[in-house]
Amino acid sequence: MEEKTRKEYIQNLEKLQGKVAAMGELARAAVEKSLTALFAGDTALAKSVMKGDDAIDDAIVEIEDDCILLIAKQQPIAHDLRVIATGFKISTDIERIGDHAFDIARTAKELEAPIPAGCVPLLRELGDAALWMVEAAMRCYREKDLSLADQVRKKDTEMDTLFEKAFYGLSNIAESPEERGRVTQLFFIARFLERIGDHSVNIAEWVIYLETAERIRHTKASSAPGR
Amino acid sequence: MGKKMEVRDLNLFYGTHQALFDVSIGAEEHQVLALIGPSGCGKSTFLRTLNCMNDRIDGVRIEGDISLDGEDIYAKDTDLTLLRRRVGMVFQRPNPFPMSIYDNVAYGCRVHGITDKAKLDEIVERSLRQAAIWEEAKDRLKGSALGLSGGQQQRLCIARVLAAAPEVLLMDEPCSALDPISTMKIEELVAELKSSFTIVMVTHNMQQAARVSDSTAFFLNGRLIEQGATDDMFTRPKDKKTEDYITGRFG
Repeated sequence: MEEKTRKEYIQNLEKLQGKVAAMGELARAAVEKSLTALFAGDTALAKSVMKGDDAIDDAIVEIEDDCILLIAKQQPIAHDLRVIATGFKISTDIERIGDHAFDIARTAKELEAPIPAGCVPLLRELGDAALWMVEAAMRCYREKDLSLADQVRKKDTEMDTLFEKAFYGLSNIAESPEERGRVTQLFFIARFLERIGDHSVNIAEWVIYLETAERIRHTKASSAPGR
Repeated sequence: MGKKMEVRDLNLFYGTHQALFDVSIGAEEHQVLALIGPSGCGKSTFLRTLNCMNDRIDGVRIEGDISLDGEDIYAKDTDLTLLRRRVGMVFQRPNPFPMSIYDNVAYGCRVHGITDKAKLDEIVERSLRQAAIWEEAKDRLKGSALGLSGGQQQRLCIARVLAAAPEVLLMDEPCSALDPISTMKIEELVAELKSSFTIVMVTHNMQQAARVSDSTAFFLNGRLIEQGATDDMFTRPKDKKTEDYITGRFG
């Protein structure tokens, strides 16, 4: 086998993927900490999550700049082009996940006390599912694990069910006038967690596109072409 | 890193025809400077001024300053042989001598009086390795250079230049006669060579300039329109003419 050409270019594509993975880890950790802050009523932790969002915003700018330079200078095609296209798209989803973690942390800070006991199991279930989805989506990106990508897509159905359950559960608790104000804020948290799940599905679908060149967005998990 | 070569207010005339107008440009040490522009824009003429190769053409007149490590290369006492050893040139078409691979690389050294076999062997191997052709050539060093493929011949010609231990490499469209894979090999080689040399490359291929160079200079009608970091030139050129050229809107 002859020595490969374009070593620097190939290294830069690998670096780009490393940066996307590192950004994903920042967002995953932010989601995890925001949930801990919420359940523990830990305002200091909530503030640190909010502060940490700047690092995620800086990361996306750096990734976008790298993508633009690679397109302008290297004329990427085929898989290389998909590495860059998905670098753009996945980093956007990660940035949104980071924003939702920020929103959850801000709500945790504003609540200033542990949330009503009855709400905890509803949100914990939803939070665990969202956290699993982010972690799995980023692992399938790092390891190019397409069966895991499928699992993330399928998990979204469960996520929708949990969201519905949380929505009605919170509605019942909100019937009590003294809890109404605080529980209203928890509705938003349920929505943020559900959105985190949606962005994780997007990431998983972009990984499938990266590896197979198949566009499967907006199709059901079970009806993806050739899968 | 400082400027290895610097050109100030260069004007060049072929008889009464002016080919270059007030060109000022610098080549940073250990970087690749790409010269781009449409045919006839003056980029090859400019390249040849960097090792005084236009002097052989009748009626050429040159005004301005060109320095190598701060010394004027057009000074009356410049030793042209020494200058061309320090500033080597690789041409558009591979032009190996009709002799063996070994003798092609050793040729310049012999001209400069090196006859010691062990020393020559060392230089030949080092140069062929630097030019990334040693593995392909090592078992056929005594074979004719003309038996090599075009891409191999071009790398051999680069090895021949490197044998003279230059400081600056001038490359005049070094890939224009090569297939895509050979082109990529030369580009890879350029990326490696810049750690040891300063490289100025003329290319018709804008994508090649984008891929291999650290800074890019755009020439049009004998004038330097813009020079800047390649990252900037290909994402946010300052001059509309540069943008039109690199995006293929005229040529």
